[in-house]
Amino acid sequence: MKNYWWKILAAALVLYTIVAGFLLSVPAQPILHETIRNLYFHVPMWFGMMTILFISLWHSIKYLSKSDIQSDIVASQAAHTGMLLGFLGIVTGSVWAKYTWGAWWVSDTKLNGAAITLLIYLAYFILRGSLDEEQKRARISAVYNIFAYVMLIVFLMILPRLNDSLHPGNGGNPGFNKYDLDSTMRMVFYPAVAGWILLGVWMMTIKVRIEKLKRKILMNE
Amino acid sequence: MRNKYALGGIMLYVVSTVFVSYLSFRQIINVPTWNALFWIILLFASINGVAKSFIGENRGRLLYLYTLVSPQAVIMSKIIYNSLLLLLISGLCLFVYSLFIGNLVQDMPLFLLTLLLGSFGFSSLLTMVSAIASKTSNNFTLMAILSFPIMMPLLMVLLKLSKNAIDGLENWDLNYLLVLMFINVIIIALSYLLFRYLWRD
Repeated sequence: MKNYWWKILAAALVLYTIVAGFLLSVPAQPILHETIRNLYFHVPMWFGMMTILFISLWHSIKYLSKSDIQSDIVASQAAHTGMLLGFLGIVTGSVWAKYTWGAWWVSDTKLNGAAITLLIYLAYFILRGSLDEEQKRARISAVYNIFAYVMLIVFLMILPRLNDSLHPGNGGNPGFNKYDLDSTMRMVFYPAVAGWILLGVWMMTIKVRIEKLKRKILMNE
Repeated sequence: MRNKYALGGIMLYVVSTVFVSYLSFRQIINVPTWNALFWIILLFASINGVAKSFIGENRGRLLYLYTLVSPQAVIMSKIIYNSLLLLLISGLCLFVYSLFIGNLVQDMPLFLLTLLLGSFGFSSLLTMVSAIASKTSNNFTLMAILSFPIMMPLLMVLLKLSKNAIDGLENWDLNYLLVLMFINVIIIALSYLLFRYLWRD
């Protein structure tokens, strides 16, 4: 119980998000209508992705200072999990865009940023794949991971604030906190964010354990 | 660079790319097309020019360098050298491009400033990526794959600034200039900090 209470919490929060997210009342807004419920699924994906990519960055820095191969395993598996969440974020965002903006994809700084994120981490995996030696792969991909994450922050945090954007919360568009006048959505949104982040971390720890077992088997052969 | 032909080669690369664009476009009067084509030519020329700084470098020579000086000195000198190289390339590119395809720029000082900051940014980023890519086996492919996504923020700011310069807006957009300098400083600081983990094998 001491060590896995947060896993139960994650499951409970995500379950609550799904039930309450579909059943509780939401503010009636033009254009958005019921699609506003996607807020509980689309936005937490990005929160989760950034958290898990930050874990990946943290372990890359740790690898460079300590040269412990365990950190490299965590960094790479966290990047994998982060990619999964990012992909889900793009899919949920794309469906939402179809119903509100009328197109699956529009050219927009925020959307381009999302696409670039996926490209950067795909490049990271290709870099990992093209290095054979374990220590060398860990070191060089850690350097690229740190470099890429910083450029990503520039892309995602600074550029959208300078450009016009269709996306809520940017370029003069109000974020969703303006719509949620009576705070009913907050009661679902905050638990949703916490729940999805915890679920992402849980998935990451499982992936790390699988990877460690794989290496153990390889060592014993 | 100890190799005169490499420099000549990259110059010829720029000239012939511009000439090919001239043959297919003749004159360009559309501003976004002019801007995009110019930066695409410059982007590819920069990648080709800077890729050589680590890839294809003799291992013995690198080892010799590392016994003499600190890794920070190596990366900084490579970045400075590549910045000068890219300044030369971008100057040549602008000249040939204006000659064949036409010059639409109305605010030349801003355009040159953008070009200068862009050359520094490109050179520091590509030098670092070239150092990473040189450690792998298929390094030229990887150079492009690794550099394109992380160059995007830089490229977006550059495109926007040079678009402003072409349109000749009354006021300079200081926000974008500041962001561009900020990106340059970050890239150089990261290269300075991270390069020492790259070179030891």
